[in-house]
Amino acid sequence: MFPEIIPPRALRAPIDDFVGNLVSQYSDLLRAMTQPLLDVLIWMDQITRHSPWWAVIIVIMALAWVASRRVLFTAAMGVMLCAIGVLGLWDAAMQTLSLMIVAVIISVAVGIPIGIMMASFKWLRTAMLPVLDVMQTMPSFVYLIPVVMLFNLGKIAAIIATIIYAVPPVIRLTDLGIRLVDSEVLEASRAFGANRFKQLFGVQLPLAMPNIMAGINQTTMMALAMVVIASMIGVRGLGYEVLQGINRLQVGRGVLAGLGIVIIAIIFDRITQEFGRRQRKGA
Amino acid sequence: MSKIEVRNIYKIFGPHPERWLDEARSGVSKDELLAKSGHTLGLRDISLSIEEGSIFVIMGLSGSGKSTLIRHFNRLIEPSAGQILVDGEDVMSLGKTALEQFRQRKMSMVFQRFGLFPHRTVIENAAYGLRVQGMGKAERRSRAQRWLEQVGLAGFENQYPHQLSGGMQQRVGLARALATDAEILLMDEAFSALDPLIRREMQDQLLQLQAQLNKTIVFITHDLDEALRLGNRIAILKDGELIQEGTPEDILLAPANDYVQSFLQDVNRGKVLNAAHACNTPSLTLTMRSRPPHALERMAASDFRYAAVLDGKRLAGILTREACQRALQAGARDVAAYVEDMASVPATAGLDEVLGRMLRSPEPLAVTGENDEFLGLLSRSKVVELVTPALEAAGGETDAAQVEDAAPVESPDGGESGDAKADASAA
Repeated sequence: MFPEIIPPRALRAPIDDFVGNLVSQYSDLLRAMTQPLLDVLIWMDQITRHSPWWAVIIVIMALAWVASRRVLFTAAMGVMLCAIGVLGLWDAAMQTLSLMIVAVIISVAVGIPIGIMMASFKWLRTAMLPVLDVMQTMPSFVYLIPVVMLFNLGKIAAIIATIIYAVPPVIRLTDLGIRLVDSEVLEASRAFGANRFKQLFGVQLPLAMPNIMAGINQTTMMALAMVVIASMIGVRGLGYEVLQGINRLQVGRGVLAGLGIVIIAIIFDRITQEFGRRQRKGA
Repeated sequence: MSKIEVRNIYKIFGPHPERWLDEARSGVSKDELLAKSGHTLGLRDISLSIEEGSIFVIMGLSGSGKSTLIRHFNRLIEPSAGQILVDGEDVMSLGKTALEQFRQRKMSMVFQRFGLFPHRTVIENAAYGLRVQGMGKAERRSRAQRWLEQVGLAGFENQYPHQLSGGMQQRVGLARALATDAEILLMDEAFSALDPLIRREMQDQLLQLQAQLNKTIVFITHDLDEALRLGNRIAILKDGELIQEGTPEDILLAPANDYVQSFLQDVNRGKVLNAAHACNTPSLTLTMRSRPPHALERMAASDFRYAAVLDGKRLAGILTREACQRALQAGARDVAAYVEDMASVPATAGLDEVLGRMLRSPEPLAVTGENDEFLGLLSRSKVVELVTPALEAAGGETDAAQVEDAAPVESPDGGESGDAKADASAA
């Protein structure tokens, strides 16, 4: 046995107290601050769920077309979406989708600037790498507890947990993509007198795009995975169906809902990959 | 006034270059400094002055600091100490925006691995400098188009760089650099990544463009042949130090030390050196109106078998002793009727060409300048000496033997260097 130097209780207690304090003192403030986010979530939820099913399918097929310019690919995406409807999971899938879309948009909006800054400042990278490791490896339930305590069960808690889990890949790959840009190409733009802004938007970001797209792809997949877990903190959707299947020992319900998740995952994985592939070809 | 002037540039790479500056100034070697401090000495006390409208070549092997030096001119790399003046303006004093302006207008650069933007088309690449300057799309495209045509890339405007061959990519790089109309062109090993034939073609093209544009070009290379071919002046760097600076002839004829000498081993000297270098100032010339007895007397006095005859400053021909003898017997008033034609080579002819002429005929050769002006007689011994300077060192006995066999007129003392009599082939 490793000798006990500090009693574990002494370590745990301050953390408990800290979170307890946070909850009792700042809970209202935090909820007020996140109200706009909740509004967005509800708005997105209504858009996806209240649009006619064919409109959703058309929008996603249009995305697939823009990404790939291939008829067969686009049609396959449409067929898979229809399959979700056929399985009777349309409404649940739309709830999951709305949460996922918001989580990905926020992750990308936060992740790309952080990735850019990490590529530019070495000290920031040194500081951020362990933080990213923690975000990716810490079991999500560990931060689900305080998040739920602060924000109550529901969408806000779910989206915060999802973003924490899903944002690291886009940060890492943005950073990597920018650092991998050929130094001579960047030097060329400096030699012609481009300022930082033009270097970033004219050279670094476009050339890092394939990597950034790979990051967005990963972020999307991880957001989807987390949205399912988030069903345990009261978010309805495909994950909730799975959870009910478990609770009621209904294997069929669980399997079908699981299939629905797989289909959504495949659709978004392929579409984001197609975007990345076309970026790589540089055409 | 010189276009670019750098004074006492030092560059030390490492976390605290300022701490080791004094050490570097006091002459610590690169290796010592590295062992002592972990800092790398990039450049030590480099001072250069580059004339407007010239091609200035900076030559050195990898690690000699040449690429570091060229990046000081537009401050892509900041010196640890020293001054950089362009058109008399201190580049070091420029602020951020002023420096960007300076890079946009004053200098443009061509890179070893081309540095093209893979996500832009050829014409967008060529127009990049103008785009950074903020020029409108239509105008920058039409200008870029013009330069693409100049470098022979018309029709490739909408291709992407990866669709072009290396030589064509570098032409895009060149067009991009020329499109901004900057007065100074920095070329960092611009042709080193190209295969020899294409490289040669690009060198020709550069010289051609330079003849029209008259820019100030700083050209980096590790290839002495290229340096000698392009450069008006050449600076040789080694381990961050300037070893020698001068015209190609200076470098070839008076290498500063063994290091430079070792470069010269493999150089085709015949291409750089020309007939003027192998020409002796004539110690005896006659005119068309020289009287035969006088001419004969003078030839006999210097022990020459023939002498060049001038008509004004122009070369009229050659008078041999036998012809002079005949003139004397015939009682001619002057030598004009007895002068024979003489073969001549222009002063600008490369020594390899001269060598060819020399081997084909044993007759003496005159060297003529502009308007047929007589400069002197070609010294066979000098030609041999210039073309194969390291003969003894290299032990190239077969070469030497061949050359001497083919020059039977040469006197036995022809092998000695700088013989003043060799000009008229002493008897």
